[in-house]
Amino acid sequence: MAKSAKTQKRSQQFWTNFILIVICILWLVPIMGILITSFRPSQDVFNSGWWTIFPHREQVEVDRFKLDESVDVDGPITIEGKTATFDEWRTGIQFEDGRMIQWYGNKRTRELIVYDKQWVGFATDLTLKNYSDVLGGKTITYKDGQGNTITRYGNNLGGAFLNSLAVAIPGTIIPILIAAFAAYGFAWLNFPGRNILFTIIVALLVVPLQIALVPILQDYVKMGLNGTFLGIWLAHAGFGLPLATYLLFNYISTLPREILESAFIDGASNFTIFTKLILPLSVPALASFAIFQFLWLWNDYLVALVFLGEKNKTVTIAVAELVGEKGQDWHLMTSAAFISMILPLIVFLSLQRYFVRGLMAGSVKG
Amino acid sequence: MLKTHNTDNEPGGIISWFSSTLGQILISLFVPIVTFLVLWQGYLFLQRAQAPQIVQVIVAIIWGVGGVALLYVVANWLVLKLPKPWSSRLQPFVFVGPAIAIMGWFLAVPVFRSLIGSFRNRLGGGWAGLDNYIFAFTNPRMLETFRNNLLWMVFGTFFSVAFGLLIAVLADRSRAEVIYKSIIFTPYALSFVGAGVIWKFIYTYKGIGLNIQEIGLLNAIVTGLGGTPQPWLNITPWNNFFLIVIMIWLQTGYAMVILSSAIKGVPAELLEAARIDGASEVRAFFKITVPYIRGTIITVVTTIVIFSLKTFDIVRVMTGGNNGTNVIANEFYLQSFTYTHQGRASAIAIVLLVLVTPVIIYNLRQFNKERKGF
Repeated sequence: MAKSAKTQKRSQQFWTNFILIVICILWLVPIMGILITSFRPSQDVFNSGWWTIFPHREQVEVDRFKLDESVDVDGPITIEGKTATFDEWRTGIQFEDGRMIQWYGNKRTRELIVYDKQWVGFATDLTLKNYSDVLGGKTITYKDGQGNTITRYGNNLGGAFLNSLAVAIPGTIIPILIAAFAAYGFAWLNFPGRNILFTIIVALLVVPLQIALVPILQDYVKMGLNGTFLGIWLAHAGFGLPLATYLLFNYISTLPREILESAFIDGASNFTIFTKLILPLSVPALASFAIFQFLWLWNDYLVALVFLGEKNKTVTIAVAELVGEKGQDWHLMTSAAFISMILPLIVFLSLQRYFVRGLMAGSVKG
Repeated sequence: MLKTHNTDNEPGGIISWFSSTLGQILISLFVPIVTFLVLWQGYLFLQRAQAPQIVQVIVAIIWGVGGVALLYVVANWLVLKLPKPWSSRLQPFVFVGPAIAIMGWFLAVPVFRSLIGSFRNRLGGGWAGLDNYIFAFTNPRMLETFRNNLLWMVFGTFFSVAFGLLIAVLADRSRAEVIYKSIIFTPYALSFVGAGVIWKFIYTYKGIGLNIQEIGLLNAIVTGLGGTPQPWLNITPWNNFFLIVIMIWLQTGYAMVILSSAIKGVPAELLEAARIDGASEVRAFFKITVPYIRGTIITVVTTIVIFSLKTFDIVRVMTGGNNGTNVIANEFYLQSFTYTHQGRASAIAIVLLVLVTPVIIYNLRQFNKERKGF
């Protein structure tokens, strides 16, 4: 009886782990695919799947020969005992011993290729070229019909990376600073309209930002803020502030009142208390929200597309352009996507614990 | 350290106060003007700069972050210069004012501006009455987006939460819990655009023909099993489900993390008691764990439902909304920036707002319940 309970437990453990491993593999394969692809030579990316870098059996060309001039290519053609029409030869004829013979090119070439299934080992021709191409932004110059020289700039992902930093770092710090001030005000200072203002902030938590895009863009065009970093910082501050204020308020309002009161008795001003006391004490809450906001900004596509557009392209826009319009630079697409993911992955994996804490506190956001 | 600041508040003699007032006023004017000029110069530098990009970016970061901090310091300094009753009356607004102003400009006021805009013509030329709303609720394009968003909402949310719950429960019993959870959570850190690239390599289709080797994983599997490759993202209406899979891949980690911590809060004695009474694991899960974490499940479902309502990036990057995959947020983008029909775009934004209103009301109710300490 005891033994059967033990084996039952063991089999339960086995199935638990088995299901989890299967799910984890399903979750990882897509990422593996582009990681591997990003290191393959561009020609290979178009011609074969990324999984072919692993050992596998494949049709390999083993021989080529010319068909005798006397054979009539319009009628049935007999080669090595098999008879078939030209079109069938062109598609390739399978032999019983595993070989395949295929006509190369049009009728006049009279050339045939012999393939055989063979084991192919690990691909060894992996390269960093896709990365250097996409980062450096190869510039192509050519002459058009009228003889004008046209310069086409490549996708300068290195520049886009810098732009993303320029958006994401202040875009994270500015709203946190503003929200921390506001949270302190709401938590510890008394002023008329305090309740109604905070209720409005709670209501704004899940307002979709689409509501703001059209009016704000009109303002920006009038003010000349369109396409500027200042414009996108303000926009991200606006969209991030309700959650930031709400989270930091929840945290700051639970700090022990006695600390503040004794500081007040010592004659400290609100500003001093805030900068010297509250900010250092709130670091955990600030960090959680900072990670949240940073990832959000780094991965944001819509806001950057609307307010920055072509000017000061961010990485998401640069990658989306590679995927969308050109759509054919598969080798660049993967390396670009991977570069765009490195920073959030590092931030995410190293600071996961803080991030999770922020996520739990803020799971009301829309 | 905290005592150094009380000089501002010290009640000076009335005469000395009066004699220094003029100087004070001058300084009070001078400091903000200098601040403003410094910030304005920084802005102009960034506008025209020909410096290498990295220099520009560093200057932009310092200017942006430093500028905001400077504005607070100066505003606070100014308020403290005022006579005592005024300074304590105004100081709270130094703290909350900027936040209120920015939220007002970027979220609260736009609600009304979009509402007004939704009754206007193309490009806001004249009044359109209810035309934009008639478009929003009857046009076949819009009906398609409603159908698709409903699919995203129902299937995307259901599977994200179901997988999240399954993994959370299973991982809780495994010794390698942290590893499993990290792997499932990782896609949550990726951008939807990046995820789009990743999944392009799964769904891509090269066509049927001589010597073509599929480079998309799904088609390779299908051909390996003897099927014919399919252009997955062009098959209406199934392509919607292929896009929803991407969302599930991204969002399951979120659901898992939140639900996992809730599951850890279920008292072990309760589960143990159920097991002793002979309840199977599955029964114990549905009769004890699920009711116990009901509140968390509702939160997670709400968050993912709101997410699925606003889904945009995945559709934009993968299909552009073609072949019957359009969604509300993409139609908003098209109306607003491709067809420049601001009226219709505003009406669609209002529809989105109305769709999340129940959540707003729920949040406010919860807040009112908890605000006793406010």
